[in-house]
Amino acid sequence: MATVSEGEQRVWTRKDLIGLEDLSRDELDMILDTAPQFLAVSERESGIKKVPVLQGRLVVNWFYEPSTRTRTSFELAAKRLSADTLTMNVAASSAKKGETLHDTLYNIEAMHTDIVVIRHSAAGASRILAERHPSHIINAGDGAHEHPTQALLDAFTIRQHVRRTRGDGRAGLDGLRVAIIGDIAHSRVARSNVWGLTKLGASVVLCGPRTLLPDAFTRLGVDVTSDLREAIDGADVIYVLRIQMERQSKCLFPSIREYIRLFRIDNESLKAAKPDALIMHPGPINRDVELSSEVADGPRNVILEQVTNGVAVRMAVMHLLVNKPRVTA
Amino acid sequence: MSVVIKNGHVIDPASNTSAPLDVLIIGDRIARIGTDLRGSEVLDATGCIVCPGLVDIHVHFREPGFESKETIATGSRAAARGGFTSVVTMPNTEPPIDNGGMVEFVNRRARETACIKIWPAAAATKGRAGAEMTEMAELKAVGAVAVTDDGSDIASSWVLRRCLEYADMCGLTYLGHCEDASLVQGGAMNAGLNSTKLGLSGMPKAMEEIAVARLVRLAKLTGAKVHVCHVSSAGSVEIVRWAKARGVRVTCETAPHYFTLTDDAVTTFDTNAKMNPPLREAEDVAAIKEGLQDGSIDCIATDHAPHTPTEKDVEFDYAPFGIVGLETSLGLVVTELVEPGILTMEQAIRLMTWAPAQILDLPAGKLEQDGPADVTVFDPHAEWTVAPETFLSRSRNTPFAGRVLRGQVKAALCDGRFAYREA
Repeated sequence: MATVSEGEQRVWTRKDLIGLEDLSRDELDMILDTAPQFLAVSERESGIKKVPVLQGRLVVNWFYEPSTRTRTSFELAAKRLSADTLTMNVAASSAKKGETLHDTLYNIEAMHTDIVVIRHSAAGASRILAERHPSHIINAGDGAHEHPTQALLDAFTIRQHVRRTRGDGRAGLDGLRVAIIGDIAHSRVARSNVWGLTKLGASVVLCGPRTLLPDAFTRLGVDVTSDLREAIDGADVIYVLRIQMERQSKCLFPSIREYIRLFRIDNESLKAAKPDALIMHPGPINRDVELSSEVADGPRNVILEQVTNGVAVRMAVMHLLVNKPRVTA
Repeated sequence: MSVVIKNGHVIDPASNTSAPLDVLIIGDRIARIGTDLRGSEVLDATGCIVCPGLVDIHVHFREPGFESKETIATGSRAAARGGFTSVVTMPNTEPPIDNGGMVEFVNRRARETACIKIWPAAAATKGRAGAEMTEMAELKAVGAVAVTDDGSDIASSWVLRRCLEYADMCGLTYLGHCEDASLVQGGAMNAGLNSTKLGLSGMPKAMEEIAVARLVRLAKLTGAKVHVCHVSSAGSVEIVRWAKARGVRVTCETAPHYFTLTDDAVTTFDTNAKMNPPLREAEDVAAIKEGLQDGSIDCIATDHAPHTPTEKDVEFDYAPFGIVGLETSLGLVVTELVEPGILTMEQAIRLMTWAPAQILDLPAGKLEQDGPADVTVFDPHAEWTVAPETFLSRSRNTPFAGRVLRGQVKAALCDGRFAYREA
């Protein structure tokens, strides 16, 4: 049991955040319910965007893969919680030759670390660390496995919109339809979103070329199609993934030109969608590749809100892991 | 000097013997198998099974080149403790066993350091590079019992075909590590639901099955005798069954992990569940068991593949493939196959003695008067817990740590000498 019900209040008990596959709906709700207070911190009229929640704590951002968005988001989240931060960018290739992953963390922990945020190209890296080391481990992306804080900020952003449009401050994701478009096979964002969204009550359809869309996803309770129109028909949210140009050389699709023809979200393909469907993207966008400029700059996109919410959600996660507060819905 | 093994139940599949009998050993030979035998030393085998020393035709002892993982000395002790008195060592050492001198090196190290019989397999191609065949006549002359590029497949069908023909001419069986490596680069586990969830690159069963199909077709074309190593998938069993029904000279082996575990064992990113071929799914485990029952699978081999704890204590993608198997094989066979009634004890022992010995024509795997005194005594009911820290192998990489098994070796005699005796 990861959470304990005490009337309306719930208590966080996990040491780490590794993946949304592990979390219960209750735990997901706790994170989403904790985030708004931190969103408010970043939006204070006084301009003083800081609370002493992690004062004196050390947060290490340990990135084996290049990342700007996620790394800065975690760094800001830690700073706004008044923690000390340290960022280590490591080239995976040099790490592979020398010190082992565990040894590196033993060394970091020798400096009395509280939270370690890790991004790594190998699936499972954060999990094997969490099992052995006392630090709170936050997975900032492990290979194609999970990217839990991304999916949490996505769910938070969707929920925020639903509440705003319905005027119902307690509305969740139940009954929503989310279409995720792109390279599903290599996407940790897709995997975490499948777990997060389905646990929160949404239905999910995954769409991309057959070469990038493993059949096994159907066994996780989601729909799978390579027909973009079918995927976005009736969707409340259209979630567009970044397509990596390098996949072309691995014979996974013939050309960017053909990818655009079949899978680009633009005003033309959006004719099949609900007029008020939200457009989301984890960034960075390949403008006019998976997403046309007119849509990327259009009124339906909430891409920058995702970025704003990312800081708040990551603040909430760090607060929960370290302080284990009681959370009221 | 004589030893008599008394009060045990002798099972010798080669002679279809399964009866309470004594075994008298004088020197390095079995002097008699009978009742009321006497000798200067008595080994009481009450409640135990007395069988031919077990035979494993697929082990990696890593010498030369990787002595921190295993040596012929440590590997042989691990084997003896597991009840094995004959093993076939794979040639993927550094340098590889791809010439007569290297075979002689293994034989010398075996004479000097091993407590059991080491039968070297040699590489099929020079440097295991898959391009030019080795000097197989010389390899055979100095004692190689088979040829194989195990650890990788021979990618070129032309080279494979010529190796099969030439090996057959030399009287050597080809052991096929069947894998179409071009199908997946960087695969780490079975392709399926679990690899999809874990985000690990999947190795589809077709990767193995395509290569098994190619090998049996080339065996049919050339008339050569081939043996398929470490069969892991239902499809491979089916292809071998199909080929046998058509008279192809093919045999195959599976390993205990393939009838015991599925790729569920990988879901914790445990690198001790990483091997090649990878752990498959429940339907494959069922098909492997069925293949063992109906004879489509000819024998059980461990693919004992030691790696140091440091090498395995890394991210899943970076860990080397392979697990140790010699000290858990018999326990897993008894616990997973005999006790649930999938095989009789006699069938199980055949798959670990006479059957593998016959595949490579080894003078091993049977109990006969005047034959070599290679004898294993084990208690089929004794319960024990797998404790890697107690292994005699130099390595600890097993996915079975903490598992409770039944069937424990009490003694293994090789040429009449105790290679292992329970303390």
